[in-house]
Amino acid sequence: MLKVNNITKTFGGLTALEDVSLSVCRGSITGIIGPNGAGKTTLFNIITGLYTQSAGEVFLEGKNISYFPPETLAGLGLVRTFQNVELFGQMTVWENVMVGLHTKSRSGFFSCAFKLPRQIREEKFIREKSMHWLDFTGIADIARMRADNLPFGKSRLLEISRALALEPRIVLMDEPAAGLNSRETLQLAAVIRRIKELGITVVLVEHDMDLVMDICEVIIVLNLGKKLAQGTPREVQENPEVIAAYLGED
Amino acid sequence: MITEEKRQIFIFLIFALALLAAPVFFRESYLLTVLVFIGIHTMLAVALNLLMGYAGQISLGHAAFFGLGAYLSGILTTRFGLDPWLVIILAALCAAVVAFVIGFPILKLKGHYLAMATLGFGIIIYIVFNETVDWTGGPSGLSSIPSLQIGTIIFDSDLYNYYLVWIITLCVMLLSINLSQSRIGRALRAVHDSEVAARVMGINAWFLKVQIFTVSAFISAVAGSLYAHALTFISPASFGFNFSVELVTMVVVGGLGSIYGSFLGAAILTVLPEFLRVFEDFDVVIYGLLLIIMNMFMPGGLISGLEMLAQKVVLKIKKKRHADA
Repeated sequence: MLKVNNITKTFGGLTALEDVSLSVCRGSITGIIGPNGAGKTTLFNIITGLYTQSAGEVFLEGKNISYFPPETLAGLGLVRTFQNVELFGQMTVWENVMVGLHTKSRSGFFSCAFKLPRQIREEKFIREKSMHWLDFTGIADIARMRADNLPFGKSRLLEISRALALEPRIVLMDEPAAGLNSRETLQLAAVIRRIKELGITVVLVEHDMDLVMDICEVIIVLNLGKKLAQGTPREVQENPEVIAAYLGED
Repeated sequence: MITEEKRQIFIFLIFALALLAAPVFFRESYLLTVLVFIGIHTMLAVALNLLMGYAGQISLGHAAFFGLGAYLSGILTTRFGLDPWLVIILAALCAAVVAFVIGFPILKLKGHYLAMATLGFGIIIYIVFNETVDWTGGPSGLSSIPSLQIGTIIFDSDLYNYYLVWIITLCVMLLSINLSQSRIGRALRAVHDSEVAARVMGINAWFLKVQIFTVSAFISAVAGSLYAHALTFISPASFGFNFSVELVTMVVVGGLGSIYGSFLGAAILTVLPEFLRVFEDFDVVIYGLLLIIMNMFMPGGLISGLEMLAQKVVLKIKKKRHADA
């Protein structure tokens, strides 16, 4: 599904990622873990087109997507969420998800300004479909609230709803549980499982080990810009190198 | 329960009817002239608001597009005798093409750099108006531009010009309102709030900014053409840096991201200097003070100030009713 081949990224003299390769199976939930500064978010930024790699390639279902900008990747069904939640703060919750349907609609300036019949039909479709995705994550009741007034847990769910509105093939989530309390984390785990049931591949970077061990089928461990291990949660937990990296042993 | 959409159509109809009925009460030629200017300024403020208030991109050179429309209309009708209506469309298309071409490099820039680039563009165009004396008449201006004409109606009186300008302005406002509430409008606001998230959602932010810049230039040029035909005389001074800044002020004072706000901003900034004439030498000082006060107490612009006031009044009435009961 998603293949990363020999990615290297240097910032000036600093090597953030060195020769990292990994592959993600279709329909799986894959976790990427590692201590702070391991290069997890950098890897996400490269895959999603926000950074350009110094070397290496990324493939999505056999198609070389290295150096594609994020807007093109969205059209190909690859979407992400952000560690610090990037919402459209001045817009309502509902409108945020409607923006997620941008690639699913095509009315241009002319038909929007003149409200042509096709645009009116499309607008109806956008409103209904976006409400469906708010229902999916269980936040339809706050649809008319302004996005920057949301409590943190809700804004995470909103960001996920918005990402799902693209009907992606693969979702990359950057620390979806950061800042959530234990009840919200459980809720999140349930949502992620239901995303998988839709046939969408999920990749997440996460620090919350309980969550990762609970929902991920495959775990990839990064440390100091290199891939340390890959395997099932159990294999990874028992891997001496991983234990050393986390506990700081020699 | 009235739906949101019906409420908006209702507001627009009231607004349009009030404006179309205004000449019944303002018969004086001077007042009508001021209202014609408010119409042209509203069109310009709406155009700039699409770029600034919705897409969040500043332009300090918008007077240039206004000027391009005015000069192209002036030159092509006086020197080549082309049909004025045809020229309005031609001029607007020309301005749009210019905006489209310069938009690609310019709109890669952000914040202060974008302000500088648009400022530079505005100044270059201003210099062109001043220096190409053979075409534009240079600093002394271009005169005897013909009035517009439909059949036997010649738009040479204030009343005719009032209706001409305001019908077109109302159309521009309606189309802009439609646009702002559509998929495109949401995409523009998304780019404004978080460009990176907008791109991840599949919005080509750069191209979208170029597109709205082009649309904005098109509308500004139409306003310029109408201005040239209504005044029958134009000179470069009307299209310089000062006017670009005045346009930005209209948009900000009225309310970023509100089409009616642009009307309020344009109206206030057009009328204020006229009222302040009585203060003679101090008019500029009072003008400046008033702008500062407005921005301090209504940071969201006049429109959100009014909305807040209305909410307070409604709340008070409700409280009073509650107390009475």
